[in-house]
Amino acid sequence: MHKYEIIFLIRPDVAEEEVDKLITQMEGVVTSTGGKVEKVDKMGRRRLAYRVAGHREGHYVLFLLEGLGDTVKEFERRLKVTDAVIKYLTVRVDEDLKRAEKYKALRAKQEARRPRSKSAPAATAAPQAAAETA
Amino acid sequence: MAEQKSGPGPSERPARREGGGGGRRQYFRRRKVCKFCTEKIDVIDYKDVRLIGQFVSERGKILPRRLTGTCSPHQRTLSLAIKRARNIALLPFATGV
Repeated sequence: MHKYEIIFLIRPDVAEEEVDKLITQMEGVVTSTGGKVEKVDKMGRRRLAYRVAGHREGHYVLFLLEGLGDTVKEFERRLKVTDAVIKYLTVRVDEDLKRAEKYKALRAKQEARRPRSKSAPAATAAPQAAAETA
Repeated sequence: MAEQKSGPGPSERPARREGGGGGRRQYFRRRKVCKFCTEKIDVIDYKDVRLIGQFVSERGKILPRRLTGTCSPHQRTLSLAIKRARNIALLPFATGV
């Protein structure tokens, strides 16, 4: 199972209820193909950085899902077929998250070995102690 | 002896300012430090326009490392994030005339 992030853009002239309907529809697509929806985020209506299919605004919807390639394939096919969707982007995120986890663990380990955040007072305190003993 | 050795140790860090540098245009103050390293941002999210937008010129171009001070690994992931953001119309490919 991989983790994917699919973000898609809906035409601005589509009503809120229609957007909600589409979201529940897409959730059904994910579960019926053996995937799992982790998070759905309606990012709301936003201005676009450039014109997409003649529109300057659009509703952004973000799906975070767990599944295999087939789920994504079907999801993307449905997005292409739906007229209200004007653009979409799929990103596989599990490897990035794993790498982030690794960095986090590494940093925690380093911090445990020597508290780097208090390096300045520690560095000045240590030589002073050394001078005292000398 | 011990004191002499301790002298350059702590003073070395603040002295890393490197004056001038010839860049008359400061995009943001902390020139020579990587923002993602100092703020410990592991994943550069393409949806975070406010963060990524700082590393894009007014024309929508990706700013070079020499201006922003981003470290090499982070510049690579940052450029990927900017390109993704462009794809989904969160950032422009080009703006202006």
